[in-house]
Amino acid sequence: MIFLAMHFPISGTNISPIYLVVVGFLIGILGGFFGVGGSFIAGPALRAIGMHWNFAVGTDLAHIVGKSVVAAKRHRALGNVDLRLGLIMALGTIGGAECGAQLIQLLKRQGNVDFVVSIISIAIYASISVFMVWESWKTMRAQKKKGGKAQKGRQAADESSFSGLTKTIHRIPLWPMISLPTSGVKSISLWVIIVVSFVGGLFSGFLGGGAGYIRMPMMVYILGVPTHLAVGTDLFEIIISASYGTFSHALKGNVDILVALVMNTGAAIGAQIGAILTQYFAGPKIRLLFVPLPLIGAAIVLYTLFTGHTF
Amino acid sequence: MKPSQRRTLFAFFSELAIYAVFVVVYFFLVLHFLGGWLARLDKESVRLYGLVCLVLIIGQAVILEWLTTFLFRLLRGRSE
Repeated sequence: MIFLAMHFPISGTNISPIYLVVVGFLIGILGGFFGVGGSFIAGPALRAIGMHWNFAVGTDLAHIVGKSVVAAKRHRALGNVDLRLGLIMALGTIGGAECGAQLIQLLKRQGNVDFVVSIISIAIYASISVFMVWESWKTMRAQKKKGGKAQKGRQAADESSFSGLTKTIHRIPLWPMISLPTSGVKSISLWVIIVVSFVGGLFSGFLGGGAGYIRMPMMVYILGVPTHLAVGTDLFEIIISASYGTFSHALKGNVDILVALVMNTGAAIGAQIGAILTQYFAGPKIRLLFVPLPLIGAAIVLYTLFTGHTF
Repeated sequence: MKPSQRRTLFAFFSELAIYAVFVVVYFFLVLHFLGGWLARLDKESVRLYGLVCLVLIIGQAVILEWLTTFLFRLLRGRSE
């Protein structure tokens, strides 16, 4: 029966395909809407049904490649992709992803991969949520204070409380300086973009997924990319970096492609719905709605870690 | 409920129903025919397995994207 658990021979796990499709569908909506891979849900969701972290990380990356193809295509049609920025970021992300994957291998050899990755993921997910709720709340309060003076238009609705920090970063005179006309960035050091993407890649290789949960906020707050463009560009960039990550993890025996394919069937329709929904929300609101998601991921990991129970 | 909302909701559930049929058929095709072969490939040739993983996931995504876009247009019109 399709509703019962089925055996997936590559990872040796028994999972209900319906569970995978539903998880994929929800992650698809989140990915299309927030521009994130959804690994903070997918990783814990796979772990919760008894998959080891190394398989959860590798399989999630494979699933994210497929999901990002669908969502990025939809965002490209909506004009939300900065191709130049995406291609530059892919370089830094690949380097970071390889370092992250090597760290996973090191922990796997030492035999404590599940415990260490669980603790780090809880800390990261909780920190991101706290930071984003603080920033979005501050930005919306500032916008309310401006009241009648508030600027009109999508760009103005996408203000961030970190615009001062962003401007300072844009002024760092580290050669070569480049411009990103699509994102409205007049001048920025190439190295800033490489460092931001490398950090994102490191998280991607270590915790799985596209690491959009950390790259998307960094693109908005550090690079100064408008939220809608950060969402679309992040997805485009994830296709390249997650493809590399999938191949790298497959070589290390960490990918169950059958699980990823089944999850992707639900994600395909969810991603389309999520991408359409972005048209109805302004930047700070998108960021505020994002807040509970890493917390849900943290809660699932915490539950699995301390009870030892899998769903 | 406004007529337009009712129409959108109807279209959405129709899509889900059509999609569910495809997905169920797909499960049996992929899991039944590819499962054993992929598990052997993972053991015998990891490089080829890595490449096959990418081809399968991207190929499936492109086909599903085409399918969902087609269903969106068919059931809701070209405006969405």
